Amino acid sequence: MAEVAALDQVEPASPGGPEVAGRSPWALAGRRLVRNRVAMGGLVLFLLIVVVSFAAPIYADHVAHVNPFENNLNGTTIVNGKKVPLLQQGGGILHLGETPIGPTWDIHHYFLGADQNGRDVASRVLYGGRSSLIVGVGSAVLCCFFATVLALLAGFHGGVVDSVFSRSMDVIWAFPVLLLAICVATVLLNAPNGVGVGPIRVQASSLWLPTLIIAFIFLPYVFRPVRGHVLAVSEKEYVEAAIAQGASGWRLVFSEVLPNVITVVIVLLPLIIATTILTEAALSYLSIGVQPPNASWGSVISDGQGLLYTRPWVAIAPGIMIVLTVLALNVFGDGVRDALDPRAKLRIEG
Amino acid sequence: MEKRFWRGLVAMGAIAAVVIAAGCGGSGGGGSSSGGSSSPSTTAAAHKGGTFTILANSSFGVADPAQNYTLQEWQLLINSHDGLVQFKRVGGTAGTQIVPDLATSIPTPTDGGKTYTFQLHKGIKFSNGQVMKPSDFVTTFERQFTVPGPTSFYSGIVGASACKPSHCDLSKGVVADDSAYTLTIHLTAPDPEFLDKLALPFAYVVPASTSKKLTGNNVPPGTGPYMWKSYNPNKEAVLVRNPYFKVWNPAAQPEGYPDQIVEKYGLQISDEVTQVERGAADEVFDGDVIPADRLNELNSPQYANQVHVNALTADWYFAFNTTTPPFNNQKARQAVNYAADRSAYVKIGGGSALAVPTCQILPPNFPGYKPYCPYTNGSDTTKWHGVDLAKAKQLVKESGTSGAKVVVNSGNDETSKALGEQMVSDLNKIGYKASGQYLADGIQYPYVQNSKNHSKWNIAWSAWYQDYPAPSDFLNVLLGCGSIHPNSDASPNIAAFCDKAIQAKMDQAEKTGVTNPDAANQIWAQVDHEMTDQAPWVDLYNPKQIDFLSKRVGNYQWNPQWYILIDQLWVK
Repeated sequence: MAEVAALDQVEPASPGGPEVAGRSPWALAGRRLVRNRVAMGGLVLFLLIVVVSFAAPIYADHVAHVNPFENNLNGTTIVNGKKVPLLQQGGGILHLGETPIGPTWDIHHYFLGADQNGRDVASRVLYGGRSSLIVGVGSAVLCCFFATVLALLAGFHGGVVDSVFSRSMDVIWAFPVLLLAICVATVLLNAPNGVGVGPIRVQASSLWLPTLIIAFIFLPYVFRPVRGHVLAVSEKEYVEAAIAQGASGWRLVFSEVLPNVITVVIVLLPLIIATTILTEAALSYLSIGVQPPNASWGSVISDGQGLLYTRPWVAIAPGIMIVLTVLALNVFGDGVRDALDPRAKLRIEG
Repeated sequence: MEKRFWRGLVAMGAIAAVVIAAGCGGSGGGGSSSGGSSSPSTTAAAHKGGTFTILANSSFGVADPAQNYTLQEWQLLINSHDGLVQFKRVGGTAGTQIVPDLATSIPTPTDGGKTYTFQLHKGIKFSNGQVMKPSDFVTTFERQFTVPGPTSFYSGIVGASACKPSHCDLSKGVVADDSAYTLTIHLTAPDPEFLDKLALPFAYVVPASTSKKLTGNNVPPGTGPYMWKSYNPNKEAVLVRNPYFKVWNPAAQPEGYPDQIVEKYGLQISDEVTQVERGAADEVFDGDVIPADRLNELNSPQYANQVHVNALTADWYFAFNTTTPPFNNQKARQAVNYAADRSAYVKIGGGSALAVPTCQILPPNFPGYKPYCPYTNGSDTTKWHGVDLAKAKQLVKESGTSGAKVVVNSGNDETSKALGEQMVSDLNKIGYKASGQYLADGIQYPYVQNSKNHSKWNIAWSAWYQDYPAPSDFLNVLLGCGSIHPNSDASPNIAAFCDKAIQAKMDQAEKTGVTNPDAANQIWAQVDHEMTDQAPWVDLYNPKQIDFLSKRVGNYQWNPQWYILIDQLWVK
């Protein structure tokens, strides 16, 4: 039978070790996180993927010597010392179709082969990772930031402000997330001159557009739990005490409420990043995410969809990268939650 | 009359073209027809029966023949319905010939080419048993205007201009005499293509009792060898034999071979290929583009007799926006034509077995076609040999447009996006600063047609498949001054190109065509070359199409207008 133990019972101060008492909650959480090897493994894997992806220009320019954004249909490469065309005409009597070269497993010459447009798949996967990470992390950070601001305003002010923000979030929440993303992206990405508000204009080819779209659709998923915490914290005695001492509204928000709800946001962030990366991949796969000439893992999978029978690596490689990234983030996110989330202070021991 | 070919969705119109190989019908592609060694009638009778099954990725939408404008339904409608005239139901270029169908002969127009009087066959019945009468045609033509559809084909009939969706009276333009069995059609002006238009399924007769409103998915009875048993756009269309059908003119409407024709919807195209390979179905619908990575399989000798490749009378091209800089400058347009790497576009189009590079507007084997390609390296200007970047750069310099920003507009499906990216690359090579603008297919075509958007793009991808084999269907429809409709989503002259001298020649060719088609074609050839010199487009390639049939299918015939002749296929 499972035994429920309090967290402070799980981590007793060791006789010869450093004193737990006197450490800040952040330090305690950090220590718990560092001790969680699985979570740290996830973090290391994620950082590795980030480094590799952001090294894409170095790989393309100095190792593979290719431009992964330009068609190279009449290009050639070297395989086993021989010059071969990147696209090879079909055989038989009819010679139907043009098949791109498969993986050469030579890091200097089309390591993962070419896509249907004669572009280096390995370079595109790396560049695609860069776009996917920028959009995924960017949208998650924007989403968490704005959702937190709105939740603080709604939860702390209450009344009409709370009603307006909460009901607006309910409207967004009411739509299936991917369906809403597809609808918004289809409309905005098909606006040929991009989208603008006043002097600010975002082109359809810019990474900002998918970033903003994804940030928008996930707002309620951060807003609701944060608002709940804001409401709960606002009722606490120390907040009432601060009010009694004449603290201003801003001071209450920034000194009393925010520090006590930020852990919720920190816990949510890696999990939201994993979700936004998946959403970005889905949108790009449907051609309504990252736009050419940029690549993303989703768009590279889309490029590979028509080559699944003959050149499966075009789709498999970015698929593996997505799986690893999301897995790493989820594992790390679980670790962060275990370390930080106040509601996770009880553990089930076997 | 605008239309395009959407991959896997709709293939329109027809073809006046060559056929590369095959089959006992005398046309076809790389493969040949199985069963093709059979001799006429007695042997042919042994092939009657069975069910021919087509697999299509999606249905053709609403089935009302007055509205539907897809090759997919037309391939079935030609087997269930008849018009006054018909494209000859044979394979090869003979299939572009107009022959009488419900009319006993093709009349010579009178009144300066404005009146056609048809004598109709007697005793022909609709599939509901009702006798077909000349007055049925009055309803048929009036339905063109009361059912939302492409009415422009018949807008030249007297009285048509007053027709509205709520009411249409063509009693002065379409005069039926049920006792003499004649039908007289009066036009407001001579139309050299009127017989072609009468051979389209819009003009196929339906009973006079048919609702003047859209019949939805209920196809009204016809007079052909088959009748529609059912049509469910989410599942299948089923055609069975019309018990009242008797052959009156086999050149126009022969008896079909299969007892039943079934078109099933919903499978991915790759799965359709697998099903046909296994013999679980007979045809991958020829508007469904077979994925590139399944083509290698079809190259196998195992399928040599099941695969047929045919050239289409169609153009894939980029249209310049000739109303704004930099491409309001002829030299700039010519420069891009010299720089366009057509061998790369051909590879995107499936390789040299499935696309042929071109520089001119009219496709090969089309009336008025004379090979012409001034935008090539080397001195042979009859076909494209390669890019001439030096010449292109020189023209850019002379035009004073170097460094100009260029927006390349294209679709966002795999192929059109690749074409757009290639154009961006070609433009950047000669000193422009090009960027892509990729819109969903359903949005892109109306978007580039509408002049309101002319400030937002400089060069746009498009494709055109013939409606019927007439040069004006390309030259006048796509580049005539009369095809520019400001602020309209239906303005097929995307380039907004208008050259008054060339237009005068096109008008002359139209007039000449009423009495002397050969002389008219000479003029059309000149127009084609002059238009190519003006460079309103970068013509990329003329596509080819694959038909993939099951092993048991015989008597394959490719008709330039209707593509595969389904009713003539043997499954026994």
